Amino acid sequence: MTKVATRDAYGQALAQLGAENKDIVVLDADLAKSTKTIDFAKVFPERFFDMGIAEQNLMGTAAGLAAVGKIPFASTFAMFAVGRAFEQVRNSIAYPKLNVKIAATHAGVTVGEDGGSHQTVEDIALMRAVPNMTVIVPSDGPETAAAVRWAATHQGPVYLRLGRLAVPVLHGDDYQFVPGKAETLRSGSDVTIIATGLMVSVALEAAEALAAKGIQATVLNMPTIKPIDRDAIVAAVAATGCVVTAEEHSVIGGLGSAVAEVMVEAAPAPMVRVGLQDCFGESGKPAELLAKFGLTAERIAAAAQQVIARKG
Amino acid sequence: MVDEKMQECLARQAKQIRRHVIAMTQAAGSGHPGGSLSAAEIVSALFFAEMRIDPQNPAWPERDRFILSKGHAAPVLYAALAERGFFDVAELVNLRKTGHFLQGHPDMKKVPGVDMSTGSLGQGVSAAVGMALGLRLDGKDARVFALLGDGELQEGQVWEAAMAAGHYGLDNLTIFIDDNGLQIDGPVEQVMNCRPIEDKFRAFGWNVLTIDGHSLPAIMDALATAKATKGRPTCIVAQTVKGKGVSFMENQVGWHGNAPNAEQAATAMTELG
Ligand SMILES: Cc1ncc(C[n+]2csc(CCOP(=O)(O)OP(=O)(O)O)c2C)c(N)n1
Ligand SMILES: [Mg+2]
Repeated sequence: MTKVATRDAYGQALAQLGAENKDIVVLDADLAKSTKTIDFAKVFPERFFDMGIAEQNLMGTAAGLAAVGKIPFASTFAMFAVGRAFEQVRNSIAYPKLNVKIAATHAGVTVGEDGGSHQTVEDIALMRAVPNMTVIVPSDGPETAAAVRWAATHQGPVYLRLGRLAVPVLHGDDYQFVPGKAETLRSGSDVTIIATGLMVSVALEAAEALAAKGIQATVLNMPTIKPIDRDAIVAAVAATGCVVTAEEHSVIGGLGSAVAEVMVEAAPAPMVRVGLQDCFGESGKPAELLAKFGLTAERIAAAAQQVIARKG
Repeated sequence: MVDEKMQECLARQAKQIRRHVIAMTQAAGSGHPGGSLSAAEIVSALFFAEMRIDPQNPAWPERDRFILSKGHAAPVLYAALAERGFFDVAELVNLRKTGHFLQGHPDMKKVPGVDMSTGSLGQGVSAAVGMALGLRLDGKDARVFALLGDGELQEGQVWEAAMAAGHYGLDNLTIFIDDNGLQIDGPVEQVMNCRPIEDKFRAFGWNVLTIDGHSLPAIMDALATAKATKGRPTCIVAQTVKGKGVSFMENQVGWHGNAPNAEQAATAMTELG
């Protein structure tokens, strides 16, 4: 299976979009080669601004560019975009609803060897809590390209969570990203697995393994964490009666929390959240870290069997 | 040099702005009179002489931009905007009231003429950098002005922005530092000294001028120099008196964020004339 990092898809999509829309400008904070905004910078140097290692000013400058009609994509590692510059994102971008796209790469533990200081596991929680912010976590390259394209046409702040690691390509190049909508990748009546980001392909693996045991799972890809697709969650609970969520993020505040909020209010049912259990990441190879933190098909399958057992 | 008639007009506006600041904060029962009063001449010169703006068309793309980076001085900005015709002067007394549009800190979504939402110190100046970059990219000759506090300079983000403006040679950007010497906890030099201000901006590649921030001819001259300066941004360090124009407020830390009561406001109005 072909693998592509979502950051690579981002760089390529940006370079393409830049040719189509002259209002697109790109800002980075000394990480253009890593975030892949270099792909845009090479073709449109006059519309690329390296702001140096100064993330607060990166976000504020992006806000100013948006205020005069530009469509800024501001990139750095997710840790710094959301962590270092949280208040700038909140007060200079989201509060005035300025048209800034925060495309943050190197999210989650699959950053790998750089370790816990660079592996944000709380960025979805932070961005989801901010009014006016749309939060998107693409599962693969084509979904990233489509989401970037959509973000450029959407008026308002968007947080795009991207990864360093090459991940399986699940979608075709003609894939249409529908904001705020879950995508049904597989249908089954025993359990629903809702996943986001790189955990979507892992969830599909888990569904295969469950099928081999005679358990039929529905698998939903949830690329938009906010606004979350309430209808899809309620329908899935009605069809299967139990839910497992899977994300490369803390179970506090991320996809699992977003789904739980909907279920508590609209469709109570047994549920297990697979993700980081209130802990930081650490150094290691991405695959080893995914295994260590239980971000695996085996863990999802086990969780599925647990929730099925709890059904009334 | 500005002619005498213009100077008189700007001085009259500065006085009117000060009167509004007192009336608004008194009506609101809260707000920031000290740092509003120190900036009355600067704001008057910008809104009634220097800036290319159109109150009938606040979103005019070719307009000059003003960012009140020291957003707590919202009363001085609202007073100028109302006097300039962006909205009804009668709205000023609704400052900070539920359901009214004049928010405690400038809100670009709610107040016509406000170009950037501010209030969290250090952030407005970065937005000014972004606007200056974007306007230049579009080949527009519109200019960007920002007003910062001297205490605000303690925010690291200000220096990130100063570095970026110098690096990109943003000659369409002019900032004022309202150098009134006071912040909340006391004199800036005692709380966290940031002097010399001039050398720091110069070191980042700025054109720097120091003036008497209550002298309208000095402000207008400095603005003319800023406009004529090419290849680098200009920083005007305006030496001012916090609470200027109201004797019991002048140089008093306590009037940073306290509103006058009716009696104090009446005294202030008499003094302002
Ligand atoms: C980021 C941030 N921290 C703290 C405050 C609270 N605050 C409001 S005004 C002020 C003092 C500002 O002093 P200065 O910049 O000198 O303003 P001025 O004297 O002109 O009023 C402080 C600390 C704030 N608004 N933003
Ligand atoms: Mg001060």
